[in-house]
Amino acid sequence: MRGGDDMPAAAIEGGVRQSVAHDSAPLHVSGRARYVDDIPVPAGTLEAYIAQSDIAHGRIVRLDLSAVRAAPGVVDVLTARDIPGRNNVGPVLADDPVFADGEVHFMGQPVFAVIARDIAAARAAASRAVIEYERLPAILTVDEALAAKSHVLEPAEMRRGDAASALKAARHRLEGRIYIGGQDHFYLEGQVALAIPGDGGDMLVHSSTQHPSEVQHLVAGVLGLADHAVTVEVRRMGGGFGGKETQPALFAAIAALGAWRTGCAVKLRLDRDDDMIMTGKRHDFRIDYDVGFDDTGRIVALELMQAARCGYSADLSGAIADRAMFHADNAYYLENVHITSYRCRTNTVSNTAFRGFGGPQGMVGMERIIDHIARHLNLDPLTVRRRNFYDRDGRDITPYGMRVRDNVIRSIVDELAERAGYERRRKEIEGFNAASPVIKRGLALTPVKFGISFTTTHLNQAGALLHLYADGSLHLNHGGTEMGQGLFTKVAQIVAEELQVDIGRIRITATNTGKVPNTSATAASSGSDLNGKAAQNAARKIKGRLIDFAARHFGCTAEQVRFLPNRVVAGNHAVSFDELANLAYLARVPLSATGFYRTPKIHYDRKAARGRPFYYFAYGAAISEVEIDTLTGENRVRRVDILHDVGRSLNPALDRGQIEGGFIQGMGWLTMEELCWSDDGRLLTHAPSTYKIPACGDRPDILNIDLLDNENSENAVHRSKAVGEPPLMLAISVLSALNDAVAAANPKAPLLDAPATPERILMTLNDGGGC
Amino acid sequence: MPTVTMTVNGKQVSADIDPRTLLADFIRVNLDLTGTHIGCDTSQCGACTILVNGDAVKSCTMLAVQADGAEVTTIEGLAENGEMHPMQAAFKEHHGLQCGFCTPGMVMSAIDLVKRHPNPDEATIREELDGNICRCTGYHNIVKAVKAAADATGG
Ligand code: FES
Ligand code: FES
Repeated sequence: MRGGDDMPAAAIEGGVRQSVAHDSAPLHVSGRARYVDDIPVPAGTLEAYIAQSDIAHGRIVRLDLSAVRAAPGVVDVLTARDIPGRNNVGPVLADDPVFADGEVHFMGQPVFAVIARDIAAARAAASRAVIEYERLPAILTVDEALAAKSHVLEPAEMRRGDAASALKAARHRLEGRIYIGGQDHFYLEGQVALAIPGDGGDMLVHSSTQHPSEVQHLVAGVLGLADHAVTVEVRRMGGGFGGKETQPALFAAIAALGAWRTGCAVKLRLDRDDDMIMTGKRHDFRIDYDVGFDDTGRIVALELMQAARCGYSADLSGAIADRAMFHADNAYYLENVHITSYRCRTNTVSNTAFRGFGGPQGMVGMERIIDHIARHLNLDPLTVRRRNFYDRDGRDITPYGMRVRDNVIRSIVDELAERAGYERRRKEIEGFNAASPVIKRGLALTPVKFGISFTTTHLNQAGALLHLYADGSLHLNHGGTEMGQGLFTKVAQIVAEELQVDIGRIRITATNTGKVPNTSATAASSGSDLNGKAAQNAARKIKGRLIDFAARHFGCTAEQVRFLPNRVVAGNHAVSFDELANLAYLARVPLSATGFYRTPKIHYDRKAARGRPFYYFAYGAAISEVEIDTLTGENRVRRVDILHDVGRSLNPALDRGQIEGGFIQGMGWLTMEELCWSDDGRLLTHAPSTYKIPACGDRPDILNIDLLDNENSENAVHRSKAVGEPPLMLAISVLSALNDAVAAANPKAPLLDAPATPERILMTLNDGGGC
Repeated sequence: MPTVTMTVNGKQVSADIDPRTLLADFIRVNLDLTGTHIGCDTSQCGACTILVNGDAVKSCTMLAVQADGAEVTTIEGLAENGEMHPMQAAFKEHHGLQCGFCTPGMVMSAIDLVKRHPNPDEATIREELDGNICRCTGYHNIVKAVKAAADATGG
């Protein structure tokens, strides 16, 4: 083909900024998308069942498994003694045993596992075990842990200015406390692993995990093997939300241990109740504050105590509690501030990552403080918010010393308030409430400023692998994992854009530790930022080689080689992309490349609590209008308006999906999802029958979402911004609006703890002097 | 072991099974139709929804023997001559999915819903889908997809 540059060329299909559908959508709607439990298993595959501790804390004084071993269908029984390597799946500290060894630390802890011909046989056999415990005192709540100084990690502090003296000098001063509940991930696909033994001691593990490299490393450790002997693969998860960052390692390790010992493939799929009992959740927090402010509501000093219930082991609690501290300010400048963070050790399941990673709890604390100040001064909370926003000139440094350079809080809030008619509706609601004795309405606008990057600096790296085949088709792989967020689609769009080929030419392939090594978890909202850049890097390498080749081959300069949609122009020559691939192959040009990316500019000194832990911030704001029934506490969200900053969106449809899903999930956390434990440490809400997940009918009557087109001022991939976590925190507006409605009914009622269930709303309404 | 016989996606199948076998397991394990997902095991999430004699049923709630002689349709049986069912097409078109795990059950429930309410308004769709949990999407695009499919099939 010959042709000049001026030949009209349609844009490629599936480049960046297009609302491309999720790459697996055709498979999802036809039931052909394979999740781990759908992978055809080798003949003779066995199934595993985990027997759990039935008490919260105690010593195992007798463990007689002879009847279990003798039960029909049983092939093997696994205990701590049967582990050839390390009895540990702790991701940071070695404090997470696969099986309890002598002592149990929470109700639901694995004590042993049965490998049997099928799950029914395994489960039946497990019930024959004779286990006797010597009970030990159990610490179950944050309050008990604080009193007992029971910590999984050392307390941490962050300070700026002199909070103590500024508090003394403050015109107004308020103290308060909020309890914030945890949250179960309820990824619709529960934890599952399939381990298949290979040649010479190799182990292939299909794991539903956000962190294949860590699963690989921990499984290898348990088996006493080097990392190279274990391969972990995941094509997709049926939801993750942080619950598949560290948690899958345990299940992968047990399946692999069973496979290693029996020589057969072993599958381990938790049923929902076991999943909810055995896996960590969002940390519940207690936050105490002592805040000083002036007559206008501007905060002059804050003394803050955050206490997180971490459960029995450290897991990721250090970084999670850190992120709660990083977000204790949310969008507000705190001149004199002192934050103390306690990482409480309790005899409950070890809490873990959950969308927002501590940030949401930190922000809920701050927004509560603002609501408290507003109520005290009898001001609209939005007025108090505005008086405290980060600004330029002196009021732009976070408590950890990072300058807020990309601040768009004020403009987002102003635009949203204007668009959604905040002032007008505030008046309307006042009118409504005055005329309505039983039903009361509330309104609130809350902002979000969320730091993007792993705060553990070394995790901010990613790798990719790209092959160009001689027919012009491409095979794309990277370290990120797909859990529904659309990461694979976005990364493919980036590669399509780079090489100017239709997205259909790019085959998206399963994440596999054998292809890209040493990857970080797909977490911290950073999936596209990191893997997108890594894949772009790989694509640019191949593109560079193709340019050099085309210039040589067609006798022009490199500058004269241009990639147009699905074709390449080199001087006076034009070839299709496919032809060029073939020509390059014939000319022995290497057509495979690895890509790599590390986030620039970030650094953090944890000891000093100073640095720039985040590459940039993502912003957003939401206005929620709610209605409560003061006789029952029942409530509903009438309308929500959201304006969210996604930078220059890579894919507006996927970004909107994240915003909406994140908001609803946050709303569930703060209004209906309540985890309850019995006095002896048993999780009582271990199924959706007792644990209320937002259903279709719980969605706000009106939900308007707008994307703020705000080019990322940092050089993130195509100037986009991360979107996985930040929208969850937009739901804090619902909690604030509920507080507003409660105050309309009873101005003396205290502010709400979370979740603000109907029961809690009713109790709060009837508290504080009666209505 | 009792023998069950049923028509699944237009094909007659027969097997000797343990009488305790759940219909969901029969479909997934015996018939290898893994598009029917297990989300909660206890009839609350709706991921396992299929059609039994045209009605939506949570297949983890039913024994396979109870479906003896029945006409069963799973997500794999919706397409005709390689053409997606309008409900499938609408979920894809309107981004009514993220992780996709709830999708097959959602699609099956939605088909049953539209059968009973050919012209559903938004409130009806929301109420009818309350038995199907989606943890990812926030439901907006799901409702949109159902509405579009109902409109497209001419209700
Ligand atoms: S698995 Fe059947 S309803 Fe959840
Ligand atoms: S798309 Fe993930 S549960 Fe619905």
